[in-house]
Amino acid sequence: MTDSSAPILVLVEVSPAGTVLPSAAGLLGAAAGIGTPVALVVAPAAVSAAAAERAAELGAARVLVADRPAGSPLLAPVVDALAAAAASVSPDAVLISSSSEGRDIAARFAVRSGAALAVDVVSVSRDEEGPVAHHSVYGGAYLVDSAATSGTLVATVRQGAIEARAAAQTPSIEQLDVTPSGKRDVEVVDYQATVTASDRPELRGAKTVVSGGRGVGSAENFALVEQLADALGAAVGASRAAVDAGYVPASYQVGQTGVTVSPRLYIAVGISGAIQHRAGMQTAKTIVAINKDADAPIFEIADFGVVGDLFTVVPQLIDAISAKKD
Amino acid sequence: MKIVVLVKEVPDTWGDRRLNLETGLLERGAGELVLDEIGERAIEVALTYAEANSGSEVVVLAMGPASVPTNLRKGLAMGADRAIHILDDALIGADTTLTATTLAAALSHEGFDLVIAGNVSTDGGGAVIPSMVAELLDVPAATGLSTVAITATDVTGRRDTEVGSYTVKAALPAVVSITEALPDARFPSFKGIMAAKKKPLDTLTLADLAATSGASGEDAHSIVISLAERPARAAGVTIVDEGDAGTQLAEFLAKNQLI
Repeated sequence: MTDSSAPILVLVEVSPAGTVLPSAAGLLGAAAGIGTPVALVVAPAAVSAAAAERAAELGAARVLVADRPAGSPLLAPVVDALAAAAASVSPDAVLISSSSEGRDIAARFAVRSGAALAVDVVSVSRDEEGPVAHHSVYGGAYLVDSAATSGTLVATVRQGAIEARAAAQTPSIEQLDVTPSGKRDVEVVDYQATVTASDRPELRGAKTVVSGGRGVGSAENFALVEQLADALGAAVGASRAAVDAGYVPASYQVGQTGVTVSPRLYIAVGISGAIQHRAGMQTAKTIVAINKDADAPIFEIADFGVVGDLFTVVPQLIDAISAKKD
Repeated sequence: MKIVVLVKEVPDTWGDRRLNLETGLLERGAGELVLDEIGERAIEVALTYAEANSGSEVVVLAMGPASVPTNLRKGLAMGADRAIHILDDALIGADTTLTATTLAAALSHEGFDLVIAGNVSTDGGGAVIPSMVAELLDVPAATGLSTVAITATDVTGRRDTEVGSYTVKAALPAVVSITEALPDARFPSFKGIMAAKKKPLDTLTLADLAATSGASGEDAHSIVISLAERPARAAGVTIVDEGDAGTQLAEFLAKNQLI
């Protein structure tokens, strides 16, 4: 018997500085769609109260809090807390961001608890037998549904994939008792927080993405891609060729081995559209391509393609967009 | 130092990748099956250490069907000393839990100081196997490393995440996974390819691993319950710029309420 008010445990990721990561909103939104969201916040004691309140604001009906002391091993406190939370809550599903930390935590927790693990999930639903995980496979060419043979479903959820948001809840915060497992873990020797200098949207989950490729020609010329992105309020991405050429950092990479995006609008500037790039963006609702090579494969999937010099087309496009906005 | 590198045979991402809509399994005839590139980089990391430290042994390990040995030979041709293939029909369609349990059993059976894997495969995209294996073996997992420094007693590296850049250190024995920030894999030399033909490539079945599997037989598994092909994208409009393409494109965006 399936229970639409069953607890769904969500691991809310918190940065060492105490910031609740953007993935939490989608995870709690997804959880609210299939049950009652219960959040787990594992953070340094000084910042955990604020993070727990934020989790309630994002839709957690209950928030369990555990300490993650400075100087502790990399992930052991979180995995141990998740095991304790799951034992206490008996959730139908555990939703964890498919982030660097989330994937490792989900992996260890699934093994430790003997639970089924669904990876890189883009949405969740519920059928008469329980939670169902939905996957977008091979660059979105296939839609695959999976479920657990029995017990709790543990799922890593693709960042930015879930649009659903849950209604804010009155904070109901409980301290969780955690018994350390003593499992061997890595030691943190040093940590430098990433300084985000940009107020552009995050690539993952962005509604509009403008990406540049090898055709952009240089790191300096990439400013043109950024100007177009800013005119549209878009996130900035890049092809692997542009990353390998050193125009932009690897975090910009859209494609098979980079970020997978599924925006409302994707504009590919000077990108040929190699199959590995298409795997990361071909589920965009509308695709626009600007490339001087009429034979570029990107045109095969573009809703609107322009064969032309990006250095004349893009400035004209920016001007026309600005004119329409005024 | 004994280093075991986990590699995976995947459908080439440069080609057509298809799933069988009846079985949910990879359509093996659709494209070429290759070693996942990130696994080749993992072999490169192991070989770089082994070349600088005599007395090291590099073993490549893969689980998969009968086609896998051809790809394991590439690892041997690059310079690995031995290869192990886990082959068993009971592993067809294995989920991450069965895969990790099987790999961990093989690693216990084989013994290791360091396990190196790629951070994420190009087909499953889960990025969970290294940590699952580490949990089963009760060893630390330093995953997603963009730099790797190996000593006789530990491994250190840089781990870039969504929030920042960590330097992490794991005492051996340990599992690490590496990113594509690490150097490209070498191409096998002609001499390497000839030598690979004589290097040992052992096949193990689940029966061979039964004593060390650690599987309780009670684990739940993830199963595919339905599968559909996404409809192909409809062809759009492509124009050649005659001086006003930027303006026309802006019109298209405005008409579709994308501005």
